[in-house]
Amino acid sequence: MSLLVVDRLNKRFGGVWAARAVSFSLEAGELLAVIGPNGAGKSTTFGMVGGQVEPDSGAVVLAGEAITGLPSREIWRKGVGRTFQVAQTFVSMTVAENVQMALVSRRGGTRNLVADTRALHREEALALLDGVGMRADADRPVSELAYGDVKRVELAVALAAAPKLLLMDEPTAGMASKERAGLMELTARVARARRIGVLFTEHDMDAVFAHADRILVLVRGEIIAAGTPEEIRRDARVKRAYLGETGTKAALRARREAVAP
Amino acid sequence: MSGGDIVLEAEGLRAAYGQAQILFGVDLALRRGEVVALMGRNGAGKTTTLKAIMGLVPATGGRVIFEGRDVTRWEPFRIARLGLGYVPEERRIFTDLTVFENLGVGRRSPAGGRAPWTPERLFSIFPNLAEMKNRRASAMSGGEQQMLTIARTLMGNPRAVLLDEPSEGLAPVIVEQMADAVLRMKREGIAVLLSEQNLNFASAVSDRVYVIEKGSVRYEGKTEALEAEREVREAYLTV
Amino acid sequence: MDLSFLATQALSGLASASSLFVIASGLSIVFGVTRIVNFAHGSLYMLGAYAAVTIVPRLLDVSYSPWMFFLGVLASAVAVGLVGVTIEVVLLRRIYRAPELFQLLATFGVVLIVQDVVLKVWGPVDIPGPRAPGLRHGVEILGERFPAYEVFLIVVGPMVLALLWLLMHRTRFGVLVRAATQDREMVGALGVNQALLFTATLFLGAFLAGLGGALQIPRVPASAQMDTAVITEAFVVTVIGGMGSVPGAFLASLIIGQLQAFGILVFPKVTLVLVFLLMAAVLVVKPYGLLGRPAAAGHAVAPEGILSLAHFGRTESLLAALAVAALLAVPLIGDAYTTKVAIEVMVFALAAFSLQFLMGVGGLVSFGHAAYFGIGAYAAGLLATGPLKLPMEAAIPLAPVFAGAGAALFGFFVVRLSGIYLAMLTLAFAQIVHAVCFQWVEVTGGDNGVVGVWPPAWAGNREAYFYVVALPTLAAILFLRRAIYAPFGYTLRAARDSATRADAIGIDVRSHRWLGFTLAGAAAGLAGGLYAFSKGSIDPTMVSIPMSVDFLVMVLVGGIRTVAGPLVGAASFHALKDFFMPLTDFWRLFLGASIIAMVLLFPRGVVGAAEGLRGRMRRRRGPAVARPA
Ligand SMILES: Nc1ncnc2c1ncn2[C@@H]1O[C@H](COP(=O)(O)OP(=O)(O)O)[C@@H](O)[C@H]1O
Ligand SMILES: Nc1ncnc2c1ncn2[C@@H]1O[C@H](COP(=O)(O)OP(=O)(O)O)[C@@H](O)[C@H]1O
Ligand SMILES: [Mg+2]
Ligand SMILES: [Mg+2]
Repeated sequence: MSLLVVDRLNKRFGGVWAARAVSFSLEAGELLAVIGPNGAGKSTTFGMVGGQVEPDSGAVVLAGEAITGLPSREIWRKGVGRTFQVAQTFVSMTVAENVQMALVSRRGGTRNLVADTRALHREEALALLDGVGMRADADRPVSELAYGDVKRVELAVALAAAPKLLLMDEPTAGMASKERAGLMELTARVARARRIGVLFTEHDMDAVFAHADRILVLVRGEIIAAGTPEEIRRDARVKRAYLGETGTKAALRARREAVAP
Repeated sequence: MSGGDIVLEAEGLRAAYGQAQILFGVDLALRRGEVVALMGRNGAGKTTTLKAIMGLVPATGGRVIFEGRDVTRWEPFRIARLGLGYVPEERRIFTDLTVFENLGVGRRSPAGGRAPWTPERLFSIFPNLAEMKNRRASAMSGGEQQMLTIARTLMGNPRAVLLDEPSEGLAPVIVEQMADAVLRMKREGIAVLLSEQNLNFASAVSDRVYVIEKGSVRYEGKTEALEAEREVREAYLTV
Repeated sequence: MDLSFLATQALSGLASASSLFVIASGLSIVFGVTRIVNFAHGSLYMLGAYAAVTIVPRLLDVSYSPWMFFLGVLASAVAVGLVGVTIEVVLLRRIYRAPELFQLLATFGVVLIVQDVVLKVWGPVDIPGPRAPGLRHGVEILGERFPAYEVFLIVVGPMVLALLWLLMHRTRFGVLVRAATQDREMVGALGVNQALLFTATLFLGAFLAGLGGALQIPRVPASAQMDTAVITEAFVVTVIGGMGSVPGAFLASLIIGQLQAFGILVFPKVTLVLVFLLMAAVLVVKPYGLLGRPAAAGHAVAPEGILSLAHFGRTESLLAALAVAALLAVPLIGDAYTTKVAIEVMVFALAAFSLQFLMGVGGLVSFGHAAYFGIGAYAAGLLATGPLKLPMEAAIPLAPVFAGAGAALFGFFVVRLSGIYLAMLTLAFAQIVHAVCFQWVEVTGGDNGVVGVWPPAWAGNREAYFYVVALPTLAAILFLRRAIYAPFGYTLRAARDSATRADAIGIDVRSHRWLGFTLAGAAAGLAGGLYAFSKGSIDPTMVSIPMSVDFLVMVLVGGIRTVAGPLVGAASFHALKDFFMPLTDFWRLFLGASIIAMVLLFPRGVVGAAEGLRGRMRRRRGPAVARPA
């Protein structure tokens, strides 16, 4: 059984098909990248899996259980962790506290009025931070960290739910090149070790081709190609979609004018 | 490509959104009467470059020089008044206003006795707009809105224009009209720096290209030269 | 109730709708462009009335004609417009990017200043204005006499709407205002100087407020209470209509005018309540009002509040213990006056602390925290003096129960909103409570309140009552403080820092906020109950806007980024107030100026400034060493 099955998801905004019959599946331990030009529907598709966007029709099935249209906080409880394009952390807390919050929430303790939060699940949080190489910074405020490290903390928070599936929207956006490679390697290592499926969107093709097991190419809400990195690289339609399919006539005409002004 | 006729120049331009560093030192120049395409994949930093030039995203390092003045970290309205127009990617037309009123917001008198742009002259380039000048902008199609943003910026009689992804999301015929509009601006002596992902469109209109990737310029050259550079294209523009 | 009566009732509804629209449209336009909710708009309205009662009679002396009357009205409006320009240039310009709380407080500072200036210039006695020449008679409508001036006012509303429409559609200024209301950053990128546009907008807004005030003089005398009365109504109109929408303001004025005119027939006591209920209902269904829309995303403002949770080290614990010990010793060593002040300080410290729990931890800027303080006070007072005649020992514990219930009810709506709309709704709910206390005279004693809320004999002297207050306030403060450090407080803070992230780790943000709101309300209610028995009476000032603002100022003085700051703020603010208020006739002016100065110069408060200093010194000594948990 596949970990995640997305079946014919549709979403329209006014006249625009943001997603049209989007179907794919994802296995445990697999990294699946969704790429495509601006406005292709990547974020929408992502949102429909993560619970931020309600699909018009279609189904999302996680480990055999339908999670279509559930709010994101419930999807999280079913084992879906996520990171955001612009890192979302609790800026007034320390690194460890960010992870502890996720653990507190997982155990249903957020209404506790008396316990000392700093002491709750601390060892577990430190272990998670160890896994992303941030243990040494556990007691620093997240607001002081370099952005690349913030993204690592976010990953640790996402992993706190012991997720089956990780959703990562542009995980390396806003990072310097060196940090990018590091974060993607880390993600791939963790995912493979723990058999977590990873669905990610990414602009950085180096990251995509280095780590994705499979790639989906989305254009105007539709999947135009799916396959291994090599297959995608060779696909002529994909190339066309990226370089723009329109404007050829204009190009020719403009040339003519340039020759005879 | 040196020469005294540089209208706009960015030197080592850096910019960030909060802690997320996006531009890592962008260098580029735009000469008078030239159309330059800033190419790069989605997320490469094209929009951020144009916004940082315009002062809409604060530059965290480097300089922006427009017509010989250092305008780094100036307020956008002062940069616009110097004669740099900006056409945003998301269009950002005033949907509550009519087409005519949208043009009115952009109106500024030209510096130095050139024939100013008037709605009538603009309608000759964008004939669709003429038919709907009293329509509310919210009732326009995407292509019409794109035309309107450009026309609105031209009403400020800029000497150079930043054009963010003019062909994005437009139907093929509209893309061609857009190419015509850019070439018309060039003929009027307006320098244009446009960001593009569409290579065909860029080839049709631009004289030179810069290719940007992960926040810095990786290639620059004549447009025809880029067409020949298969490797550059593969590395930075397609997958 | 015959037809003619209904007709005149509808007409008088239209007349008040007209007046309301003139004022509210200005508020709405200013908000649309500058994104500032200008509390001082009501003050501008009041200044319009005072200017008119000064100018118009002089002009009528020159020549008694309708033209002179209207010339005087216009001149007053222009003068007020210039005051608006001054406010923009001196104050607003500096706070466009500040958090909403600071904007609201700063403009409220202007309200306080204007109140004292008005008293100084025009004196405390109401000044009746002349009646309008040519409009002094009545007209017959279906057999009922209806004042001609009211008919004129009915016409004014649509006239102003038409003129505004022309201004907004036929002039470049108007087009820019509409464009900026939608996307002011883009307007700037097109070369429009925002500073000038904002100044001009403030002129227009203030002109309309002044016009509204000046037009009132034949109906009501100019008085120093006009400002707060009108500002809440104007808020309600703009919020219901949609902030920034002139047609929305017109529509909302019409609805509210009629609601008031007919509501008074059905529920004579609670017309105000009806109005606020309407607002709450509209906001829940249409969070941006009837014709409003969210503005294009501008600059995100970072969350204001507790940004790093300091933990007490040994020194701090020792100091805190010493402070508590010193406090508990006050009745033993201090005189009666000191004891009285100490009691009040404790009460306000609890109230301010509960507000900080809401604002500094939860990020919910409440502009009506006095509501829950007041519910507590009224509950305790009325239970003790009303038919039940409960003893204090029962009345005080019930105070937080009632206040918590009120907070739960209002909070249910409040937590659905955010930002300025949330602040406005808390204000509106506080005004409902105020209106009930004020208007339901049989039960609440109205303006005079209820006296005789005394503790029983054993707690009758100040010293004993001191301990009656000290124990529950200290316990409640310790409890709330504990909650801040507990998972619940962390969760509220998490939701404030990033609601998106909180949601993505399974936190139901709304329900936690609701609980937090209820808890803070209950704590404020406890403070209110204790306060009632210390004063021996209850009255509507305990639920008034100035009371809410006092709490906010206490938090601000102490430091909104700190946990203990509000306690220090309450102590210093109340002590200062108690000391200076009797000495000066210009307490409000002084307070208003201080609020403005604080917002501009020390937005992080006393404790915040001290902590900043400590941090700087620590950094100088070397890198901070993380304390192990
Ligand atoms: N909330 C929304 N309302 C209206 N249109 C939307 C909304 N979200 C996305 N869209 C539209 O749906 C399409 C796909 O958007 P998106 O999923 O964000 O693309 P991507 O992430 O691939 O850039 C775009 O045309 C976008 O304008
Ligand atoms: N407001 C923002 N906050 C944080 N990151 C952003 C923001 N806008 C864009 N980015 C990030 O900046 C990078 C460059 O974006 P952009 O300049 O829009 O690229 P392009 O225009 O080339 O597609 C992307 O990784 C994007 O995710
Ligand atoms: Mg996206
Ligand atoms: Mg872009």
